[in-house]
Parts: sequence; structure tokens; C-alpha cells
Amino acid sequence: MKCLMTAIAAIGLLLAAEAAALDPNSRTLTVDEIVNKANQVAYYQGKDGKSKVQMTITDKQGRTRNREFFILRKNAEVVGDQKYFVYFQAPADVRRMVFMVHKHADEGQDDDRWLYLPNLDLVRRIAAGDKRTSFVGSDFLYEDVSGRGLAEDTHELLRMTDDSYVIKNVPKKPDTMDFAYYLVYVDKTTFMPTKMEYYEKDDKPYRVIESQKIEMINATEDGKEVQYPTATRSTVKDLKNGSATEMVFSEVQYNLGLSDDLFTERYLKRPPREAMR
Amino acid sequence: MIAKITGCLIFIALLQSVPVVAAEPEASVFDVFSAPQIHGFYEVRGGYRIHNDPYEKDMSVMETRLELEASTSTEQADFKLKGDLLGDLVTEQGDFDLREAWVFARPTDAMDIKVGRQILTWGTGDLLFINDLFPKDWQAFFIGRNTDYLKAPSDAAKVSIFGEAANIDIVYTPQFDPDRYITGEYLSYWNNDLGRRAGRDAYVHTDRPNDWFRDDEVAVRLYKNINNYELALYGYTGFWKSPAGQTLTGEATFPDLNVYGASARGQLGSGIANAEMGYYQSADDESGKNPLINNSEMRYLVGYTQEVATDLTAGVQYYIEQMLNYGAYKDALPPTVPSRDRDRHVATFRLTKLLMNQNLQLSMFTYYSPTDNDAYLRPTLLYKATDNLSFETGANIFFGQSPHTFFAQFENNSNIYTAIRYSF
Repeated sequence: MKCLMTAIAAIGLLLAAEAAALDPNSRTLTVDEIVNKANQVAYYQGKDGKSKVQMTITDKQGRTRNREFFILRKNAEVVGDQKYFVYFQAPADVRRMVFMVHKHADEGQDDDRWLYLPNLDLVRRIAAGDKRTSFVGSDFLYEDVSGRGLAEDTHELLRMTDDSYVIKNVPKKPDTMDFAYYLVYVDKTTFMPTKMEYYEKDDKPYRVIESQKIEMINATEDGKEVQYPTATRSTVKDLKNGSATEMVFSEVQYNLGLSDDLFTERYLKRPPREAMR
Repeated sequence: MIAKITGCLIFIALLQSVPVVAAEPEASVFDVFSAPQIHGFYEVRGGYRIHNDPYEKDMSVMETRLELEASTSTEQADFKLKGDLLGDLVTEQGDFDLREAWVFARPTDAMDIKVGRQILTWGTGDLLFINDLFPKDWQAFFIGRNTDYLKAPSDAAKVSIFGEAANIDIVYTPQFDPDRYITGEYLSYWNNDLGRRAGRDAYVHTDRPNDWFRDDEVAVRLYKNINNYELALYGYTGFWKSPAGQTLTGEATFPDLNVYGASARGQLGSGIANAEMGYYQSADDESGKNPLINNSEMRYLVGYTQEVATDLTAGVQYYIEQMLNYGAYKDALPPTVPSRDRDRHVATFRLTKLLMNQNLQLSMFTYYSPTDNDAYLRPTLLYKATDNLSFETGANIFFGQSPHTFFAQFENNSNIYTAIRYSF
């Protein structure tokens, strides 16, 4: 009898725990909260970060091109703004070229971009253009790398699978976009966007980005040990032209204590040593 | 027992000393350097004139080039060596062009130092320069070498100091580094003494200031970034970088020059706007009365660049050179020499289009002078066939009404060229 009571109590506790676990998922989390959390996890984790990136671009004939670069990122004081560097290591003809961006999250405010050409010792200011253009000739777009402003789309929680929220995002200015809408699959536990499918008007998917490997990276945040979920292998497939690009992230580090002074012409011309190791 | 312990100690000592002994031959001064990184390219480039030029060869450029660079670093400093081995069929000579040989260090949080042979650039113009008085290689630019070769190296020390109020760059060049100017060897040019175009028949002979530490140059830039508007003040004391005067015996000279200027660059609308100006004080002839020395000048530049469509960038610039003692110049000018206008205006237009996943770059850069009635067109095509192999083809087209104006004098040098490059 006592045993049965215990068992019932235990089941009750379990159910209560399960209900509590379900609660934030199904009721208290609005679609905006999910989208905000996912955006945070995908692009703003930690105060700053560093990673080495190996990129392989494969065209439909199977020919490949490789890019290798370091990315250095820092969240700015203005919420949503960021600064980052891309230091190219390969191929040989772009080696030592550096790309610096001051990203502005405000709608209507263009990012500031600079490119350093070492052979000419030239700091070129780049007119911030269409964010949906190819990033270094790959199938990734600038927007995939730096993030898309949340206010640019309306968001709808389409459905939930066992492990994901499926969010439908429709651009507010559809005429200027190369897609009609896109679906984002957000992992329920880590809030990492694991898959993004872009659709044309006829509901045909034509572009798919997937996070194929997610690792928990150890870091220190305000003196505490934390783990940040991080996509360390991402691929994008262009279903129309048959090309694909894979990005593999290694040597990922968070909260290095990068200062704002780093993201200036000085370090554009000559990278900080700690960043390249 | 003692012997055993002693033996053991000796063994331990030996063990400990083994790595020391083994390491000793390698523990040289070179251990403080990181493994050197070697890169470079091999290139074959050829080009021909499209007009007959009585004073030059038909080929405008014909060369093979091997560039090698090695870089390494220690805890305190970075080192780089970069040089080009060149087989040049236009001059029928082999050549070695040391492009870079420098040491870089960050001795304090607020200071960078770079000493040695280096490429230096500042200012806001696109293929137009006012406050950038570092050497240019106009020959390379006009005959169709890669645009990277427009900048010639300086043998200089650059000290940069970074502060809250502003940043400052000071470049000291102990021995004057002139442009690689038009000599008549690669390119025909207008010769005032002959009153016609000339080339291999009349090389430009120069009297170049070359005393170490006396014929030196100092260039300074004070700059600050305010909300990503980049503001700068410049100062320079040295010499006109290309011949700007003549001795009575007909030798070209590099008269004294001081330049004071300013620039601004930043976002305007959806593009980037830039403005720059400079006062060129021709210090050897401030009155402007000496017809053999360049007048003092004001130079102005405004520009705007915008991405007008996906992977299509357009840029426009307007540039003015204004002689400050035009009356004195006119009065002193020998009657046989065609006179300049007081103002020279130049407009430039750039269109750059990226295609085929940014592996094909088409570009058109045009200089047009409404005052001189001449123009210079630079169409280029660059195709990256693989990560290592690229093809380049392009042209340098000059035309104009009078043979003595800046671009028109090069009319017979108009050329098309092509190149293949393997990078590693």
C-alpha cells in the first residue's frame, strides 16, 4: 500500500515536472520570444567571440573552391549592433585581405563596411549594399552571416515537432526579396535555429540552410562557467542552381574580452596577435 | 648504496640533460621566429599597342614575373620580405624588384611602428591622389600591369600613435623616393623641348635629390573617426614626386614641395561620399615666375560610390587642379611651349560588376577631362578559374584633342594586354 502510494506520488511528481517543463514551451513562450531567443543564440552569444572558418563552395559540376578566414565579433553597446572582422587566410589571392563591419540593427541604418587591400595598403570604404548578395562568392549571403533584422519579417509559430518550433517568416516588403517566406526550425532546448528553408511564391523550397553539427562550447560569463550551443558545421544548398557551401567552425572561443578599440582602422591594417592564434 | 644513489642521480641528471643536449644545436636565434610562411605567384603578361608609335616598341608589356613572399614573427615583432623576379622583354632585361622588407612592432598599447621597405597609402580618392604623396608607379599603371603595382614601395619608418582625441601617423623617408615616372622607355610622352611626342629617342634625364637625411620626406596624417565619418588632416614636406621642373640644361628636376590638406569620408544616403583638398606649395618658386618650376596649386576632389544593383558598384569623382600664380606662369612661358589652362578638371566614372559567383569581375574606369578635352579608359576583366589560377585582360586607351595634354600625350601608348597568374 505504502509502496503504491509512493509510486502514485512519484508519477504525480513526474507529471507535474513534465507539465512544468511543457509549460514554457506551449503557453508562456510567444512566437516573438522564440524568435528573439533564437536570434540571440545564433548571432549574439557571449559578449564577443572568435572562430576559424573553413568554407567549401561546390558548384553543380562538383568543382570546389575553398576559403579560410578568422572571424572576430563583438556585441556593441547599442543592443543589436555588432562589430566584426573577417581576416582572410586563403586562397592565396585574397590572403591578408581584411573585411570590417560595424553592423547596425536599426532598420534603415546601413552597416558600415571597410575592406583592407594589403598589396596597396588601401583601406576602402564599401558602400553597404544589398544584404542578400553572396558572401565571398559562396552560397551564404551577407544576411546569413550577420543576421537578418527581426523587424523585417512577420513571424508565425506554424507548428511544433518533437524537438523543434517551426516558425514561418514573411517579409514585410516582399517585392524586394528573392523569397516569399522562409521556415525556421528552432531547437526547443537550445533555441538554436537548426534549419532554414526559403520558399518561392509557389511554395517550392529553393534554398536550405542546415546546422549539421552543434557543439556546446565552454566559456566564462561574469565569472561563471557556462556552455554556449554553437553551430560548428553549417551547409547551405541552392536547390535551383545545384551549388552548395559548407562552413566548418573551429577554435571557437567566447568572451575573450575584446575591446571596442579593436574594431578600428589600426587593427584592420594589422590584426591583433591574440586574434590569429 | 651511495654509489647506487650517485649512479641514479647521474642517470637522472643525464636524462634531464639529454633534451638540453639534443636541443642545443637547434636552440639557435631562429627559435624565436615562427615557422615562415611562403607565398607568391607566377605570372605571364603580354600586351601590344593598338596604334603605331614611332618612338616605342609595338609591345607595351611582355614579361614573366615570379613573386615570393616570406613572413614570420617573434613575440615582439612581425617580419616580411616580398620580391619580384622579372624577365622583361620590353627592356630586354632581367630585374629584381624588392617590394617589401619590413619589421612591424606594437611597442605599447598606443603605438605601432613599421620600418623598412613598405607600401604606403592614405587619402580618399579612387585612383586619384591629393594627400597621398607616397610613390606611384605610373609606368606600371599605364602599360597594363596589375593595378596593385600602381603603388611603388617606400623606404621609410612609419610611427602610428593612437589616442582618444585623435590618431597620428608619421612617415619619415630618409632619402627621397620619387614616383616611377614616365621616362620614355616604356611610354612615349609630350616633350616640351622637342615640341612633339618623344620616347626611346629622348629619355627623360633627371637630377634627383638623393642625399640621405638631407633630401628626406616627412608625411603626417592626423585622423579621427566620428560616428564612422572619417576625418583627416595631412601635411607633407619633400619634393614633387614626378618631374615638375627643369634645369637650364634640360634635366628634369623634382622641386621642393610642401602639401597641406584635409579629407572626409562617410556614408551619405545609401552610398559613400568623400571629399579631399590639398594646397601644393611649390617651395622653390612661390611667386610662380620661374617657368621651369611647377606653379603652386590647390587641388580638390569630391566623390560618391554606391551599389546600384546586386554586385554592381558605380562611382563618380570630380577633381580640380588650380594653378595659383597663373599670370606669372603665362608671362614667363616661352612662346614655343603650349600653355596649360589655369584649371584642370577631371571627372572619373567607375563601374564594377561581379558575375559567376564573384569569380568574374568586369570593371570600367574612365578619366575624362573637360578642360583638356582628353580621356583615359581602363576596361578590365578578371576571371578566377580556380582558387589558384586567374586570367586578366584589359586595355589602356588614351585620346584627346591636343597632343600635349595630360592623357592625350599618351595616345600612341594605347594598349590591350592579357595575363595569366598562378598564386600559391
